[in-house]
Amino acid sequence: MSEDRIVPSKDFTNAPLCLSGRHVTKVFGFGDKKTIAVNDVSFDFHEGEFVSIVGESGSGKTTLSKILLGLLNHTEGEILFQGQPRDISTGKKRNAYWKGIQAIFQDPFSSYNSFHKIDSVLLDCINMRGGKNLPMEKKVEMMTEACSFVNLKFAELTNKYPFELSGGQMQRLMIARIFLLKPKILLADEPTSMVDACSRATILDMLLQLRDEIGMTIIFITHDIGLAYYISDTVYIMEHGKFVEYGKADEVILNPKAAYTKRLISDVPKIHEEWDLSTVELATE
Amino acid sequence: MGKVILEVKNLKTKYVTRFGENVYAVDGVSFKIEEGKSLGIAGESGCGKSTLALSLMGYYFPPLHYMSGDIIIDGKNISGMNPDEVRKTILGTEIAYIPQAAMNALNPTQKIIRFIEDVVHAHDPKADKKVIREIAEKRFAELGLPAKVLDQHAVELSGGMKQRTVIAVSTILNPKVLIADEPSSALDVTSQKMVIKMMRELMDKGYIKAMVFITHELPLLYNVTDDIMVMYAGQIVERGTAKEMVFDPTHPYSHGLMGSILVPEEGTRGHKLTAIPGTPPNLKHPPDGCRFADRCKYAAPECRYYTIPEKEFGDNRMYRCLKSLDELKEVYDHE
Ligand SMILES: Nc1ncnc2c1ncn2[C@@H]1O[C@H](COP(=O)(O)OP(=O)(O)OP(=O)(O)O)[C@@H](O)[C@H]1O
Ligand SMILES: Nc1ncnc2c1ncn2[C@@H]1O[C@H](COP(=O)(O)OP(=O)(O)OP(=O)(O)O)[C@@H](O)[C@H]1O
Ligand code: SF4
Ligand SMILES: [Mg+2]
Ligand SMILES: [Mg+2]
Repeated sequence: MSEDRIVPSKDFTNAPLCLSGRHVTKVFGFGDKKTIAVNDVSFDFHEGEFVSIVGESGSGKTTLSKILLGLLNHTEGEILFQGQPRDISTGKKRNAYWKGIQAIFQDPFSSYNSFHKIDSVLLDCINMRGGKNLPMEKKVEMMTEACSFVNLKFAELTNKYPFELSGGQMQRLMIARIFLLKPKILLADEPTSMVDACSRATILDMLLQLRDEIGMTIIFITHDIGLAYYISDTVYIMEHGKFVEYGKADEVILNPKAAYTKRLISDVPKIHEEWDLSTVELATE
Repeated sequence: MGKVILEVKNLKTKYVTRFGENVYAVDGVSFKIEEGKSLGIAGESGCGKSTLALSLMGYYFPPLHYMSGDIIIDGKNISGMNPDEVRKTILGTEIAYIPQAAMNALNPTQKIIRFIEDVVHAHDPKADKKVIREIAEKRFAELGLPAKVLDQHAVELSGGMKQRTVIAVSTILNPKVLIADEPSSALDVTSQKMVIKMMRELMDKGYIKAMVFITHELPLLYNVTDDIMVMYAGQIVERGTAKEMVFDPTHPYSHGLMGSILVPEEGTRGHKLTAIPGTPPNLKHPPDGCRFADRCKYAAPECRYYTIPEKEFGDNRMYRCLKSLDELKEVYDHE
């Protein structure tokens, strides 16, 4: 059971820059209804780095990821791509930016056209990567392989529609796409939240392997701090739109400095420590 | 041994698809829960956990069909009862079920108090609304939910508050058994803790007598339930106390499952998680032999030929594998 593992703890400080932010702020609404979803955050994500952004519901994780994707305009600050100010002001420039970046969204059903059959999702990926003219057997072989990475059987998916899959199966399908697309940057928002522990282990190991092979930068958004600890090089802790702490996974999780990080860690159920419910007050909000 | 509140004997249920095919999603499940105890169910996505939960209510409508077996709640066998009778005399009072993602399924245009009226009226159509409100206010206060929630709509509530409300509403008639399907998976830790604390409170105050808790979050299950069952492809493959299951799993699938627990504890980063490649069998034609054989590292040819029986051992433990406990211990020790 306890096969040793090469822990991802490379030092990325001198690695080439991939995505950076300088004083990025996003405000929704005005006056009374104003929400500062992302509040003056700065960061450097490097090439090949596995970054996790951890925070509770409403802390601004999804908002930040949409800004990074260029789906949402930030109110203030600057996003840099490979060290240069990112320019996605025209459709052409935006498409160029999107070429190397892929996203897995929080709700697997929302991001996907429910009238498309499952096999066409995977086929599109192959076509997008220039495999349009490959013989069909080769395509099927590639799709079968991608599915097996995420514990899915391709043969059982053909001719199905998304609503015929469970949430966990749908999430796995979204990750299978990544194996075909091999993007330079992957932004994944709670991509395994509905997947059982065993399949999740398979998927996480495969993602790490893919990262090592192609040097993909992975930005992984999650509220599962145990998961972030296992998989990332670097962890960013987000509270109320701010990064309250960041650093190497080992340092942040085993030796947290911010009170919020400490609380997050002490709050999750563990197996060698009793879960303390005595401090929970039901009457709040 | 305490009083048995829920007993399930060899329950079999199936879906009949739009093409007339049978999907044997619950295939011979047996277990017992005693008064004051909670049972956790874990297992791979699609193994039949939600179907089992749904089947336990004894309330069947297509595409789900009852095939055979018994569901006995506090001495009363509810299997084979007609749906109308089940709705009037069982749902809400004997057993309550909180479906997966229930909180997102609340009708957004309806006030919370109306849901409570619905639950009570299904059981007693003549119940007075004023009385219902009094009961609801009292229960909400006891559970730490603000009374104003009763007059709010689901959309106005945060995720955590919504889930706690769903639980309070479903248990308003003090059902003996509460079945909660992934009640906390979509919530952050703070809200998770509140949901769990509230379920404990319901149990401590005697409003519910036993609980079935389904989740794929194993550390949570370990901390919340007394016993854990692991399900694979429509069957229970192992059962034991939470501690036994996490620290001493016997069946190769539960062994893998427990080896993939992720917690922010020192040392967990240095070990590879157990990954089990492959997929479970199609429940339309489950194989005769061991259902896990295609993915089992220890499979022997005979595993595919015999129907694998449930084997009891220790203090009310059970596993479903051809190999003996010693053989399994031996292989695990050598890994
Ligand atoms: N389109 C929007 N209009 C107004 N407010 C918004 C919008 N999108 C997000 N917000 C608010 O911004 C804050 C951050 O939301 P966000 O979705 O980024 O959080 P999150 O960390 O992803 O949470 P979760 O874990 O629940 O997914 C919240 O207070 C949210 O209500
Ligand atoms: N309406 C249906 N018709 C036919 N088959 C179904 C139907 N609903 C579910 N199934 C199948 O029955 C099996 C059990 O499904 P179930 O929802 O009980 O799994 P689960 O263990 O709860 O999974 P999850 O962890 O993803 O919630 C699955 O293989 C599923 O594909
Ligand atoms: S019966 Fe055989 S194949 Fe099945 S779990 Fe046991 S060893 Fe593995
Ligand atoms: Mg989000
Ligand atoms: Mg389910």
